[in-house]
Amino acid sequence: MDTERALVPHIRDALTVACPATRDGVPSDAVAGVVPALVGSPASTAEAAALLAAAAAHDLAVVPRGAGLGLGWGLPPTRCDLVVDLQRMDQVIEHAAGDLVARVQAGTTIGHLASVLAQAGQQLALDAPAHATVGGVVATGTAGPRRFRYGAPRDLLIGLTAVRADGVVAHSGGKVVKNVAGYDIGKLFSGSQGTLGVITEATFRLHPLPVAVAYVTAEFGAAQRAGATAAVGAAAGSALVPSAVELDWPGGSSRPLRVGVLLEGTTAGVADRAKRMSELLAAAGGSPMVAVSPTAPPRWGQLPSSSMVIRATFWVGKLSGVLDAMVAASADAGVRPAVSGPAGAGVLYACLDPRTEDDAAARFVQGLRERLTPGSAATGPRGSVVMLAAPAEVLAAVDAYGPVPGAALMRAVKDRFDPGYRMFPGRLAGGS
Amino acid sequence: MTTTTVEGLVPRMREICGAANVITDPLELRTYECDGLTAHRSVPALVVLPATAEQVAAVVTACARAGVPFVARGSGTGLSGGALPHRDGVLVVMSRMRKILEIDPVSRRAVVEPGATNLSVSKAAAPFGLFYAPDPSSQVICSVGGNVAENSGGAHCLKNGFTVHHVTGLEIVTPAGELTWLGDGTGVTTGYDLLGAFTGSEGTLGIVTKIVVKLMPLPETVHTLLAAYATTSDGGRAVSDIIGAGILPAAIEMMDALSIEAAEAAVHCNYPPGAGAVLIVELDGPTSEVETELATVRALCEAAGATEIRAADDPAERALIWAGRKSAFAAVGRISPAFIVQDGVVPRTSLGAVLARIASLSEQAGVRVANVFHAGDGNLHPLVLYDDASPEQTVAAEELSGAILDTCLEHGGSITGEHGVGVDKSRYMPKMFSADDLDTMQLVRCAFDPASLCNPGKIFPTPRLCGEVPGHRRAPHPAVAAGLAEIF
Repeated sequence: MDTERALVPHIRDALTVACPATRDGVPSDAVAGVVPALVGSPASTAEAAALLAAAAAHDLAVVPRGAGLGLGWGLPPTRCDLVVDLQRMDQVIEHAAGDLVARVQAGTTIGHLASVLAQAGQQLALDAPAHATVGGVVATGTAGPRRFRYGAPRDLLIGLTAVRADGVVAHSGGKVVKNVAGYDIGKLFSGSQGTLGVITEATFRLHPLPVAVAYVTAEFGAAQRAGATAAVGAAAGSALVPSAVELDWPGGSSRPLRVGVLLEGTTAGVADRAKRMSELLAAAGGSPMVAVSPTAPPRWGQLPSSSMVIRATFWVGKLSGVLDAMVAASADAGVRPAVSGPAGAGVLYACLDPRTEDDAAARFVQGLRERLTPGSAATGPRGSVVMLAAPAEVLAAVDAYGPVPGAALMRAVKDRFDPGYRMFPGRLAGGS
Repeated sequence: MTTTTVEGLVPRMREICGAANVITDPLELRTYECDGLTAHRSVPALVVLPATAEQVAAVVTACARAGVPFVARGSGTGLSGGALPHRDGVLVVMSRMRKILEIDPVSRRAVVEPGATNLSVSKAAAPFGLFYAPDPSSQVICSVGGNVAENSGGAHCLKNGFTVHHVTGLEIVTPAGELTWLGDGTGVTTGYDLLGAFTGSEGTLGIVTKIVVKLMPLPETVHTLLAAYATTSDGGRAVSDIIGAGILPAAIEMMDALSIEAAEAAVHCNYPPGAGAVLIVELDGPTSEVETELATVRALCEAAGATEIRAADDPAERALIWAGRKSAFAAVGRISPAFIVQDGVVPRTSLGAVLARIASLSEQAGVRVANVFHAGDGNLHPLVLYDDASPEQTVAAEELSGAILDTCLEHGGSITGEHGVGVDKSRYMPKMFSADDLDTMQLVRCAFDPASLCNPGKIFPTPRLCGEVPGHRRAPHPAVAAGLAEIF
């Protein structure tokens, strides 16, 4: 740990000149257990740039932070001298309602942004916690149930301002939805988890808030896995344009399964589509209990509070095999994960009880990966199994990411953007 | 790196692709001298037509070892010179790799080779009730690989998004000649979204050899309305009102009087005579939603002063409405000896002001401009009409084109919405981006292609020298030390 070095007075002075709101780190600033020497809270992109330039001059390891919700997800930093806290940059800079576009500072919370946009009947069509920051959501690629229709942050992001590790400010994209001028640096920063630079502003395309919504749910008995699988496929492939197709399977193999479909649109349209979606789910087999409600069912889009989260991605046609693999890998490892997520979009999260033994968690991840072995050299990858969150000891023992396609190119990108490996060092992995 | 001349590569290329698929004859080489933007021409030194991903990798490896630049080309329909050959380089033509490798109707995914035409994907998916959403006007011939390079849109991308939203996996040959996949095939990324960054990189980061695309269920109902207006600003008001009502149509297109005149001459689309503008609005989706929206859209179009509204409810009528729009670029050839197509974008709310500015610029320059545009997303396609036999007119047309892009940028827009920068618009990049912005983009270029051999001279006005990577590593993470993973 190099934290001692950052406390050398002249380093702190240099950082304070760059960004007056710089203070000593305290235990509550810890990033996955690592307490930073200093925390700087820039008020503008220019201050963030000055702070990063000063950090570069003194070879400091830097971790960007929004609300801090994602910091515990993933590998801890190998060192952390400076946390760049974006929460003072909390302004919606521009909401061009007629253009369905908003430009916001990175520290703006999803909840604040939503309240501003709602005044014009608009929304950022992402499901993320209200107190998460937009910068954090982009950097972690957070997306919930409506990933099915609207995609992940990368699909809604049309412009980005970021400060590079060397303090240089870079923009890409713009504030028009349709734009192919230059490389899309916003894509690169999506999911970068703070390892390429500090996101300071983001511009998003917006969507109108729907007039009406309906949640259509189908509860399947534990023995009716095939019915639930078919229902997910039918909903996801229907022309009824669902916004979300979720599967919720708490407690694993011996429990019932719930398929949930979100429909958004006009009052008359949603009523008609909900009726037809109910018929579609009922026809999938397995005699489910089907219900329609204007409010979300319990646990909608929420993972159980757990310290271990594994994400499996797949082609939705293989869902049945994925669930089989979950059952088999659970039995082998002696764990009972709660499985849920946007199955219609080819994503499921398996959440393990926080008390799960480290090696059992590791066996589960490995077992799942072996069974899913998606794709082949000829077809290319068809999915992945990634351990998103776990205690540091587990993450250190498991290959959390597995084989990551393009890992060598990711490393080459990292080499160029952050040759000193100072931006959230140790956070991201590319399997070999 | 050894330095071999491109001629020296011919025997190796013949070994890789077969003698019949290596073109050295000067006359044949000339047929590849330009893409869809004929104003830029450059005869390649060598053309190869590989048939497999492995052949592409071998071709690129040979080029990389010899230090010879290479350019990939799909169907050659690009409108920015993105596939303009390098005169001392190899043109890698992907047209033999045109198979639809797989369709998985339940997963709604197709795996295709890069030379497959855009429309062939939708045709192959149609029996399953599915289609491939991006639909550039050239979709009958343009290739999916070219669409990936350009991040192509099309009239219906307003609702469905661009190529980047529909590609969930790519197999590429890196500029060093290595085959690798980007993305896990599902569209969910782990780490940097290289899949997204590669899409739209205009062939400068590698060559695509396989593409996994999303397929969408065919919409249950499609309604197309054509509304005629006295002026484009009346039509523009209808557009704003429709969007303001919270409706996101599949497409909203507009044509002005001059482009209507051209389309009428070319395809006799029988648009309302005397219209100063026509607006085409297409709604698609579940029947119950579309019927509700249709009534609203019709009312808003009338309220904005439509002089006539036509509805097309069957495919034949719809095709007639679209025929005029889709033929517009080619049609202006009938009313002008030469024309420049621009591709600027402005915020939708600035459309009126920008069109007025274009009209006054056009008048000042004495050069006619026909406007065809994707009104829903503010993507303009001004067609600058001139006589290329007149050097003065040619200069005036080029200046006017540049002034139109300046206007787009003044309104917070972009120099290109879907055609790409290529060679054509690289000189405008510094007007849209700072030197630091461009430098940052070129860091990506340097990561993928430090030797700058892959489609060099495109996008960026000034190439960046990549130099050595000044990296230094810290103590390894335990998982790295254990050989489990590579961490950064």
